[in-house]
Amino acid sequence: MTVTLTINGAAHRLEVDPSTPLLYVLRGELALNGAKYGCGLGQCGACTVQIDGKAAFSCLTPVSALEGRQIRTVEGLGTAEAPGLLQAAFEAEQAAQCGYCIAGMIMRAQALLDRVAEPDEAQIRAHMQTNLCRCGTHMRILRAIRRAVAMRKEGRKEAQKGTRDAPAGTRQAAAEPVREARP
Amino acid sequence: MKPIKWAFGGALACLLGVGAFAGISYRSALPPIPPPAADGFPAELVAKGATLAAIGDCVVCHTADQGAAYAGGRALPTPFGTLYASNITPDAATGIGSWSLDAFKRAMRDGVGRDGSHLYPALPYDHYRRVHDGDLEAIYAFLMTRQPVSAPAKPNDMIFPLGFRPLLAGWKLMFLHQPEFQPVPGRDAQWNRGAYLVEGLGHCGGCHSPRNLAGAEEDGSSAYSGGVAEGWTAPALTAASRAPVPWTADSLYAYLRAGLDGRHGVAAGPMGPVVHGLSRAPEADVRAIAVYIASLSAPPGGAGQPADRPPAIDRADRAAQADPAGAALFAGACAGCHEAGAPMLTQGRPPLATATALQLDEPANALRAILNGIHPPAGAAGPAMPPFTASLTDAQAARIAAYLRTRFSDRPAWTDLEQAAAEIREEDTRQ
Amino acid sequence: MTGLPTRGAAAKDATRLSRRGFLAGGALVVSFALAPRAFAQLAGGGEGGAGPAVVAPELAGSLRTTPWLDAWIRIGADGRATVFTGKVELGQGIRTALLQVAAEELDMPPARITLVTADTDRTPDEGLTAGSHSMQDSGTAIRNAAANVRMLLAQEAARGWGVAADTVATGGDGMLRAADGRSLGYGDAAARLSLHVKAVPDAPLRDPAGYRTMGRDLPRIDIPAKLTGGAAYLHDLRLPGMLHARVVRGPSVGTRLREPDVAAVSRMPGVVGIVRRGAFLAVVAEREWTAVQALRHLQRAAYGRDAGTQPQEPLPAGGEGGGAGGGAEGGAEGGGPMSADAIAAALTALPARDIPIMDTRGPTGPAAHSVRARYVRPWISHGSIGPSCAVALFEGGAMTVWTHSQGPFDVHRVVAELVGLPPDKVRAIHAEGAGCYGQNGADDVAADAAVIAMATPGRPIRLQWMREQEFGWEPLGPGMMTQLEAALGADGRIVSWRHEVWSNPHNNRPVGAGGVLAGNEADPPFPVPEGKPIPMPEGDGSRNSNPLYSFANTHVVYHFIKDMPVRVSALRSLGAHLNVFSIESMLDELAAAANIDPLALRLAHMEDQRAREVMQRAADGFGWGSRPKGDGRRGCGMAFARYKNLGAYCAVALEVEVDRETGRVAIRRAVAAVDCGQPASPDGVRNQIEGALVQSFSWTSREGMRFAGDRRAGFDWSSYPILRFGDVPDAVEVLVMDRPGAPFLGTAEAAQGPTAAALANAIADATGIRLRDMPLSADRLKAALGPV
Repeated sequence: MTVTLTINGAAHRLEVDPSTPLLYVLRGELALNGAKYGCGLGQCGACTVQIDGKAAFSCLTPVSALEGRQIRTVEGLGTAEAPGLLQAAFEAEQAAQCGYCIAGMIMRAQALLDRVAEPDEAQIRAHMQTNLCRCGTHMRILRAIRRAVAMRKEGRKEAQKGTRDAPAGTRQAAAEPVREARP
Repeated sequence: MKPIKWAFGGALACLLGVGAFAGISYRSALPPIPPPAADGFPAELVAKGATLAAIGDCVVCHTADQGAAYAGGRALPTPFGTLYASNITPDAATGIGSWSLDAFKRAMRDGVGRDGSHLYPALPYDHYRRVHDGDLEAIYAFLMTRQPVSAPAKPNDMIFPLGFRPLLAGWKLMFLHQPEFQPVPGRDAQWNRGAYLVEGLGHCGGCHSPRNLAGAEEDGSSAYSGGVAEGWTAPALTAASRAPVPWTADSLYAYLRAGLDGRHGVAAGPMGPVVHGLSRAPEADVRAIAVYIASLSAPPGGAGQPADRPPAIDRADRAAQADPAGAALFAGACAGCHEAGAPMLTQGRPPLATATALQLDEPANALRAILNGIHPPAGAAGPAMPPFTASLTDAQAARIAAYLRTRFSDRPAWTDLEQAAAEIREEDTRQ
Repeated sequence: MTGLPTRGAAAKDATRLSRRGFLAGGALVVSFALAPRAFAQLAGGGEGGAGPAVVAPELAGSLRTTPWLDAWIRIGADGRATVFTGKVELGQGIRTALLQVAAEELDMPPARITLVTADTDRTPDEGLTAGSHSMQDSGTAIRNAAANVRMLLAQEAARGWGVAADTVATGGDGMLRAADGRSLGYGDAAARLSLHVKAVPDAPLRDPAGYRTMGRDLPRIDIPAKLTGGAAYLHDLRLPGMLHARVVRGPSVGTRLREPDVAAVSRMPGVVGIVRRGAFLAVVAEREWTAVQALRHLQRAAYGRDAGTQPQEPLPAGGEGGGAGGGAEGGAEGGGPMSADAIAAALTALPARDIPIMDTRGPTGPAAHSVRARYVRPWISHGSIGPSCAVALFEGGAMTVWTHSQGPFDVHRVVAELVGLPPDKVRAIHAEGAGCYGQNGADDVAADAAVIAMATPGRPIRLQWMREQEFGWEPLGPGMMTQLEAALGADGRIVSWRHEVWSNPHNNRPVGAGGVLAGNEADPPFPVPEGKPIPMPEGDGSRNSNPLYSFANTHVVYHFIKDMPVRVSALRSLGAHLNVFSIESMLDELAAAANIDPLALRLAHMEDQRAREVMQRAADGFGWGSRPKGDGRRGCGMAFARYKNLGAYCAVALEVEVDRETGRVAIRRAVAAVDCGQPASPDGVRNQIEGALVQSFSWTSREGMRFAGDRRAGFDWSSYPILRFGDVPDAVEVLVMDRPGAPFLGTAEAAQGPTAAALANAIADATGIRLRDMPLSADRLKAALGPV
């Protein structure tokens, strides 16, 4: 069947079996590497993407369920050259060992940051409970998420300051010290 | 739902008003005591209390998410509003540290706090009345030796006028008359032990029996014919059970102990913590509970469960033809665990064809499992199902539920599935 | 420091002298059962595998086996360098660390260096990437090779300029400079000389005081792609015309599907073919989802125990609570985790070969306190988050396999034997996978892919195992048991120490076709090779069973069990996890019996100055002296080990809080100190130690494979739960000792044992309950605590 998926803001028309989980379409048809196969059971979170802003298991979401919905993958947050907020925070904290789980971690954290302005430690830990890491990078992942929260807060402050003090031409840049992801 | 709740509330208020007017609501405060020393209780008594508390599942209601054990704070949604469980640690100021044994017994049997206030029947004192004195003493000893935690009670959020506690006296006048448990002659000791635990501390009827408009359990022939718990259907434990494979004492034992037995769906929703508690209870007690519950659906001399029960069915081809879209959703979202050849089934976990949830009149359990998932206690091994709220819309969850009904049941199709899914999702968002 | 007699100058030299040699100077009689071998001679970091012979024993690290400079470093005309290593990136950050080493000793910017990891056509064969050997083997080789190259470049420039070589300087920018200001790029100098020369052992190393790259926190070069969906993994390899395969097996080792419906699956749209070879079965499809669906269809077949050729798993029985429905942690699908008694019974029922590890005798005073205890560890899964994957292409009579195995050179030998090609027609190229922490399914899946590729010439085959296949078929970390008996004199000195360890071989790395599943499934089958122990000083089940402490009358025996009831192989730290757990638990048991501070007891028996400093550093960082007393809920514990007594030194201190209602243990804070010699990247070291600590907490507190009657019953994360975010420590701090210029000491596995023991010690401090059987689970602690 033909489905049209909206991924990172772009529409993709695909001819696939409607039962195909999004994960296999992302990796196999669209060559997007971020989402990983970890368990295929919704137990590890390595395949996490955002669907309509919420963190979802792409390994268990058939494409037939996704017409007209907004899908965002880690590729949609930024690039190695121009990283998104969380990507920059993970880089700054060197929050990866093997890194296989990390794209899923970032996408789950992104869903929290989209919903809660300043999540506290307990909220972050509870939210991240879904995703598994085996290298033991948890402490760094938590630090990276906290750093992203702080960076965003700083950015907001900068932005407010910017609108008060900065010349008009620099406001936009001040508001986005690190490129925020687009849905 | 809301208008119905209000109607319930109004009817209840009228009833209860009678009691209040009769002036029976007043109960005296009992004198506070200095918190007893933890080492003042005999270790055997505390140990006995621990096993009884596990069967009574005190910790489940009286512990908030991520909170200290027995310190209360957990929200208990009821049709009449939200109650918050109280702190039952021996903290003098915010817990039950200043409660004497008499005050504790009065609370457990009459639903009256130490200060004389009436307690809501969310504390199932209608069951605890049946419990023997010695067992209440053991539970008291157990609770008074917990770590005291300072945790003030959260105010309840009840619909008007049920926030006014004296009204509860009227409720009790009408519904609180259960006697202490007496063994049934002609039944063996194991059955009677099971009956005592199920009717008393286990308060199984609290969920598995229907309730009347005033929220009291129906007894007699209606007892255990199915009820509602936190939005989940608590299936009938009687011959009215819809389980595709009849329950036996052995299968009930396995289920109560481990959360599944291979030929019935897994313990989900509020039953999950119950099973977790029972997994730690004495084996003999759990066996006794299983024997007694099995007897509810197989009265003595009867032929056991009805023979006309349809066998477990799985009509995959027919369902795929009837609902190709549902079949595609199932193949992508569910088949990795629930289709033949999936590792979960190879490993002996139960197939959907044996799940009672798909045979019930209400789709609540099927939809709640799909949307909210099934979660073993943190860190423990056991059946797990991810929540599908983020990946499926209400319509898609409904579609899958309808497909499952077609494939695994020959009962009438569920109606208003999408609406039901939306309500469950809205409930989640609120919490 | 209590009661430690001064040993004079010799003690200061303890790091250079072997400790045994030092002790032999006293009244003690020392013997090693096996002549100690230079550990670099053991291929693959002393964890099995095959490897090249030593040809230049005078050199350092892997230069001993590959002494030619151009095997390690080439410099292009543009001045860029290419550095080759036979080691592989496993997520431990080795690419970045080696790059730092090369940049430092070449004295050029890391950005101008390209690092090539193991590729059997391009890089030196350095055996396995295992045993925390990468820095010792490859780091040392590259460090010295780079120093050699820099020396040759300087000599060449000096010759051209007619000046003395020692007046030519480098400045970190890839330029050579004479005192008079003339300069020459590395590329120009390199063009005038050949690097196909043997390294010399004494090329001058750079002065640590002037380090520009080493010892700094260079951001890891592999991380940006991992954060942004770049092609970072073997799993991301997409070759033109690539097909997707799934291998079809029963639920776990020792089972076989009876009659898979091959005919039905062959007709499925998108299925390209079925590959059968003996008992090996795979399905190949155009799209991955089709392959998965075909696999599931084939798996509908009933399975049975395989009486044939596969490695047998007789499967130890004895879940806690016994079988269906039993046990607090149980499930209907196979009982709870194995009880310690069942593990002990399964091991001791098998014939063992007794290997003496250590025997010292000396005069001592009488024993005042003695403790005898058994410690047990269950079978543990590597639990890689990404199931193993491989890509293979057979084309023009040659096979190329992309693998994330720790031993690509072994994969190349295994595949050659398995598919019957001459070794020079098989190339294995490493590409990163998910963390493996030892031998997971990586080698098996590479062999599987090669068998399939042979049947589909010209079409690349990508094969990834399913989650349940990784749990069911990978070699597990072996179940083990130790029995310790120790005595303490009235003066606080340990007067006797006996340590026995029972274990299967931890080294079943495949070196031929019999070592992989596809080989065992061939017709005729390649037989599973007999397990062999790794000799000391590295050891396998015996690893770290020889205490680094100076105990009088030490007797250590390894009961080596070659018959394996469960398919097993290397899991990070091998036997050191249980041996260090046992030694360091026993020390605390003795300390408690005699009411001595656990740190003081350790220091009183430790001669090695670096070991003492690491313990002291951790203790200071933790605030050991002012730690809260165990009060029934909170408690503190510490432990120490030097990995293999050859690698990094690591001490761990923990504060835990016990929930007495549930038995759950939370780590409130953890402090680790590590001495790994000169750290190439201190943050890389912190990352490794932090990760090892958290991983060991997971292993030690909650893991263990469950077994049903005929199969492994752990098949997913619900039946084999591991640590999640809700239970990770509140805080972890890693203190890296500064050892400028000191030789590299392997780091990656140093924290596994100490963390395990520190946890048991902290629980004991908090509750008075000594847990000796892993996992130190909430249920076991609650059962021991009782209702109060």
